[in-house]
Amino acid sequence: MTASLTLVVLMAVLFGAGVSIMLERSLTRVLIGFLLVGNAVNILIYLMSGAPGLAPILGEGVDPDTISDPLPQAFVLTAIVINLGITAFMLALIYRSWWLAQLGAKGDLVDDEEDMVEDAEEAADLIRSSAADDQAIQDLIDASDEEPDEGLELEASARDRDDEEGRP
Amino acid sequence: MTAVLVPLVVLLPLLGAAGALILGRHRRAQMAVSLGVLAAVTVIAAVLLVSVDANGPAVVYVGGWDAPWGITLVVDRLSAIMLVISAIMLLVVLVYSVGQGIADQHRETPVSIFHPSYLILSAGVFNAFIAGDLFNLYVGFEILLSASYVLLTLGGTGERIRAGVTYIIVSLVSSLFFLSAIALVYGATGTVNIAQLSVRLAELPGEVQLMLHLLLLIAFGIKAAVFPLSFWLPDSYPTAPAPVTAVFAGLLTKVGVYAIIRTETVIFTESDVTVLLMVIGGLTMLIGILGALTQADIKRLLSFTLVSHIGYMIFGIALGTQLGYTATIYYVVHHITVQTTLFLTTGLIERFGGATSINRLAGLLKASPLLGVLFFIPALNLGGIPPFSGFLGKTGLFLAGGEEAAADPANAWLVWIVIAAGAITSLITLYALTRFWNMAFWRGRRELEGYESVLLGSVLEAPEGATVTATRTTPVLMVVATSALVMLTVCLTVFAGPLFELTGRAAADLLDAGAYVSTVFPGGIR
Repeated sequence: MTASLTLVVLMAVLFGAGVSIMLERSLTRVLIGFLLVGNAVNILIYLMSGAPGLAPILGEGVDPDTISDPLPQAFVLTAIVINLGITAFMLALIYRSWWLAQLGAKGDLVDDEEDMVEDAEEAADLIRSSAADDQAIQDLIDASDEEPDEGLELEASARDRDDEEGRP
Repeated sequence: MTAVLVPLVVLLPLLGAAGALILGRHRRAQMAVSLGVLAAVTVIAAVLLVSVDANGPAVVYVGGWDAPWGITLVVDRLSAIMLVISAIMLLVVLVYSVGQGIADQHRETPVSIFHPSYLILSAGVFNAFIAGDLFNLYVGFEILLSASYVLLTLGGTGERIRAGVTYIIVSLVSSLFFLSAIALVYGATGTVNIAQLSVRLAELPGEVQLMLHLLLLIAFGIKAAVFPLSFWLPDSYPTAPAPVTAVFAGLLTKVGVYAIIRTETVIFTESDVTVLLMVIGGLTMLIGILGALTQADIKRLLSFTLVSHIGYMIFGIALGTQLGYTATIYYVVHHITVQTTLFLTTGLIERFGGATSINRLAGLLKASPLLGVLFFIPALNLGGIPPFSGFLGKTGLFLAGGEEAAADPANAWLVWIVIAAGAITSLITLYALTRFWNMAFWRGRRELEGYESVLLGSVLEAPEGATVTATRTTPVLMVVATSALVMLTVCLTVFAGPLFELTGRAAADLLDAGAYVSTVFPGGIR
């Protein structure tokens, strides 16, 4: 069996990097580590198919000895699909745990009433701010009708204010 | 004839899962689909068992591609036994969870996700049992693991996510081990078909065989929760909803044990790791049960006994004799049933008593004698009190050990040590469970405040003391499901004779790897 040295080196690097990242505490890094090691294993499977050859399609006039081994390719495809699914689930899990961490001790047990009060406040804020925006736009339009220079100034000041509000 | 039925055990649950997902908004229809599918699979599995026992293994070449190129499904006696017992467990636990779901308005188990995941888990378990090649076994493992990730983190509470993360990462690592092992096995032999491997692996140099063998054992050992690789189990199982824990505890570790049995018999006929397995089996028993001793929480206690009793099966596998495998297969069946029953009963205790800690439960026997019976029988059974199946299984294993010790004087001392460890483990299991019985069932409710006892001196609470509110209701379906399983454990005892004969025939199948090969390759291997 012959194998490409490049692939062997690549596999070793992926294994090493992946394992060392997997040992970190952060869940995101564990996921990245898992992806690296998963790909390293995929390359390992691919390496086991031996020397590369023609596309593995049996037809007339194709010598079966010159095609590459299709089975490891099928394995790799299956493994990639499985990794994809698990990655999606892990990302959802990471998002969920991040979300729970943001809420702190409250966790899922946020009071419904408290929630509703918060919602109402947020809605009121939204209405107020959108009213202010409407007013600013209206001013802008009015100003532009009369004095173009003044309008630009107003626009600039409105942008400044927006920037300040946008900052956390 | 019955070979047609073989793919159905995987296909039906997968189609059922799709149906259940579509019917997510119609609870009753969804429940009907899941229950119908699992009932059908149970019947199919029973038919397969009868047919396989009478006519020999059923082999299916999926899509008409001959072995070793295509996917081969093989059902021999061991597979059929595992299929039947796991189908029954999955069905009964589903009934239990339906009862719980109806009673709780699905707060614990968001039903639209629960049923499809549960069916996919079943498909994965069944697929692992009928896989005729290593890669299909891997796919089966991945199917059941992916579903189990969802089930374990059901509802996404902080506690479950914390427990789930441990479980998921450990499982991912074991899957990577397994996949690497498959790659190397393929590189060494050019096949992943188990029957062909049985022939080709034996031709490899001893060191290569040993390395591949150990790599596979590590992958399966993590899944089976064998001692140095078992640390994850007691932390991750207890937080899930009761039915989920019951299925995981009963079935998932046994899928690992099943894979180890296949590895030791058919796949590696020449490579021998008896001493290693013997030592690991003994350590798994002792260290697992010592962990159980310090637990106040019954769910954690049971998780530790689960780890500990895997040791018996590993011991039986290590013996490698016909009697050893006979007793091991019987023990696997017994343990699946008893462990599932105990976790279901724990779910009832949790609802009825409002806690799972030995320090906060009291007076249950007076409050509900039926609950007492439902706990007492499987507890004695697990502890190995005659005449229950636990006693029979352990006796079988010890007899097989004695026989092996007489036949092989070089390792006799090791066998006797492990047998002694098994006896001690059995007694400590009994102690831990009777302590729980004394406190939770016999102690009066009024004695709870300021109660002091040497029995409670050394127990530790669960790291995150889960607060459960007592509902004081035990829905009829939950009680019926649990009672059915208790009846089944009693049946395992009553019908132990025929069962032992059946597992004996399964063990004979296992030891005759040549027969397995010629079943898959009727025309011989080219």
